Amino acid sequence: MKHLHRTGPAAALAVAASLALAACGGGSGFDDSSDPSTDGGGGGEAIQILIGSSGDAETQAVEEAVAAWSEESGTEATVQAATDLAQELSQGFTSNNPPDVFYVSTDALAGYAANGSLLAYGDQLANADDFYPTLVDAFTIDDQFYCAPKDFSTLGLVINTRLWKDAGLTDADVPTTWDELADVAETLTQGKVVGLTFGPEYQRVGSFFPQAGGSMVSEDGSEATVDSPENLEALDFVQQMMDDGVASYSSTLGAGWGGEAFGKELAAMTIEGNWIAGAMQNDFPDVDYTVAELPEGPAGPGTLAFTNCWGIAAQSGNQDDAVSLVEYLTQADQQLTFADAFGVIPSVQSAAESYAADRPEFQPFVAGAEYAQNPPAQEGAADVIADFNAQLEGLEGGDPQAILESVQQSMQAVVGQ
Amino acid sequence: MTTASIRRGQNRDGWLFVAPAMLLLAVFLAFPVLMALWVSVSDWRGVGSPFSGDVGFVGTDNYANILTGGSLQQRDFGTAMRNNVYYVLLVVPIQTAVALGLAVLVHTKALKGRGFFRTAFYFPSVTSAVAITVLWLFLFNSTGAVNAMLGWVGIDGPNWFGDARGIIHTALGAVGVDAPAALTDHRALGITWWEWLAGPSFAMSAFILLAVFTTSGTFMLLFIAALNNVGDEVEEAGMVDGANAWQRFWHLTLPMLRPTLFTVLTLGLIGTWQVFDQIYTGTQGGPAKTTLTPAYLSFQTSFNSQRWGEGAAIAFILFAIIVVLTLLQRWALREKS
Repeated sequence: MKHLHRTGPAAALAVAASLALAACGGGSGFDDSSDPSTDGGGGGEAIQILIGSSGDAETQAVEEAVAAWSEESGTEATVQAATDLAQELSQGFTSNNPPDVFYVSTDALAGYAANGSLLAYGDQLANADDFYPTLVDAFTIDDQFYCAPKDFSTLGLVINTRLWKDAGLTDADVPTTWDELADVAETLTQGKVVGLTFGPEYQRVGSFFPQAGGSMVSEDGSEATVDSPENLEALDFVQQMMDDGVASYSSTLGAGWGGEAFGKELAAMTIEGNWIAGAMQNDFPDVDYTVAELPEGPAGPGTLAFTNCWGIAAQSGNQDDAVSLVEYLTQADQQLTFADAFGVIPSVQSAAESYAADRPEFQPFVAGAEYAQNPPAQEGAADVIADFNAQLEGLEGGDPQAILESVQQSMQAVVGQ
Repeated sequence: MTTASIRRGQNRDGWLFVAPAMLLLAVFLAFPVLMALWVSVSDWRGVGSPFSGDVGFVGTDNYANILTGGSLQQRDFGTAMRNNVYYVLLVVPIQTAVALGLAVLVHTKALKGRGFFRTAFYFPSVTSAVAITVLWLFLFNSTGAVNAMLGWVGIDGPNWFGDARGIIHTALGAVGVDAPAALTDHRALGITWWEWLAGPSFAMSAFILLAVFTTSGTFMLLFIAALNNVGDEVEEAGMVDGANAWQRFWHLTLPMLRPTLFTVLTLGLIGTWQVFDQIYTGTQGGPAKTTLTPAYLSFQTSFNSQRWGEGAAIAFILFAIIVVLTLLQRWALREKS
């Protein structure tokens, strides 16, 4: 009995304490959003911006642009570069204190939209009609245009000019078909240098799918089309090049990504996006390269497009200012500045002409925008892609058919929801 | 005043004194645990309070998603369990044996500079997990120091953090054994028996070495303390009885170290099931998910995939595994009278 008496007060105290703290925790943390619409009217509250930056160049460019907007609008704004964007955003949403404006990737969009953390503000933008339609599609769910495309990138074939010449190749040899690609890769494979490299992931290997006529999901997004003869043909082709020793994953070469393997001259060609320009300039300024469109497959040209958008939190207390900030950041002039700073392609059509004129060497990336495929963006697709990537790591010596079958199954579970 | 009333006052004061600590425990331990337990049986989507009205109770759905159904989530959990089982099976015995061996070494009175060796062996335990993981990534790079050293003795080292093959599979493959259909046709937790038998991948093996390297020093200290408590007279009595050094260690010293052994094994078991830092900073679960662990998967599922219920459920399954294994081990190492 005595024992009971001892624990009694302690337990009571603990319960009371936790209840008390839960209560005040709720007051200050969970429920203080009040109604965002009531104080959304440009109250002059400072705007918080969280970006998943690719590096100092990008952070600085965004900081400068935001500072210029602050000056113009008189609203304070602070930029923070996240170390782990997904985690930091999640913490913000769960505590009802998210940043006002932040980067959202296509694969995270559906999840955030479904749990109501995103403001669907796309139609409020004055320049809403200026964005490339495919990019608008990428950020539209159930006819709601959620957020403004920040910029975009496509994949191209990046070629080391020195190794190209050393191998006796000329401009006329730039591959335009799969066979030619395999041929030049073989010619370029010499000694420790492998012909072609790319990361062990769908985001690179997957560029062969549209070239063969394949895709991950059907046009209307209602069905998984991973397990198709076209995709199998693409994987077989990639596997064949690896078996022949003319193509290697960047990880097999001991590099973190294709650009690193390419910059270290472990490979003569790589499949990468326009962001490689910044990396080459910073890390490997002595390596000369040219960019070509990815070669056509049996079904024609194909590449993948990647994009992010400027998300605005539904819980933000300063939505009007946030929308005006995004409008500022996505106007043509500003996007051209970003393009100079960190190598992205503007997401608005009005900037296209000036962009292409000033950067002829990037023409292949821009050309890719016409036929690029968006990676699947259904809620939960990111997990499926992650699983696909894990299986693609074992493509060399693996069974492409089995990989496609298992990914088909998990993708169908996602789109069938 | 009776003794009873004096004691009553003491009781009250006692509770008063421990109240701040109890309060802190309740707020930072008990309450979050209960909250997570609720999340694991709810459909909370990561926005606002899990206790708000629009969050529903879904019973064991989250647990079922992870444990049954052949979904991607189940396969990931199965893979994470497989990886972690090998990690525990290798790290716990090796680190305990190494720690005990080191302790016996630096306990020997004949050894000169014992203090230096104690510090040297303990040093890896003091450094931060993040820093040492980064160091490991460099050492085990395919062109790194480890492979260079293997090259001296004519071994072509693997691409440690890029090679997704399990070492058992690799060894079996070397002697020409391929996956038998009996093992590939049947599954447990979404992955085939053959995959369960893959063994740790080369990347996971590097993490296993890392864990042994960093934790052995700490456990060595525990063993040194225990060895100091074993008096010299026991050793001398053994000598008188004509036992050789190995017999004295095996039959006299080791049994007397049993309580410490239990502590070390328990701490090792708990620590290895919770491996997270190295994975988060090092490989994020790659290559090909062979370094995915339940602790990292729980984080990943919650924060990146926004499946908070399932993430919390994984954490509680992990908790259950640790409790059950600790009890089992306690039973196995009990004093047999």
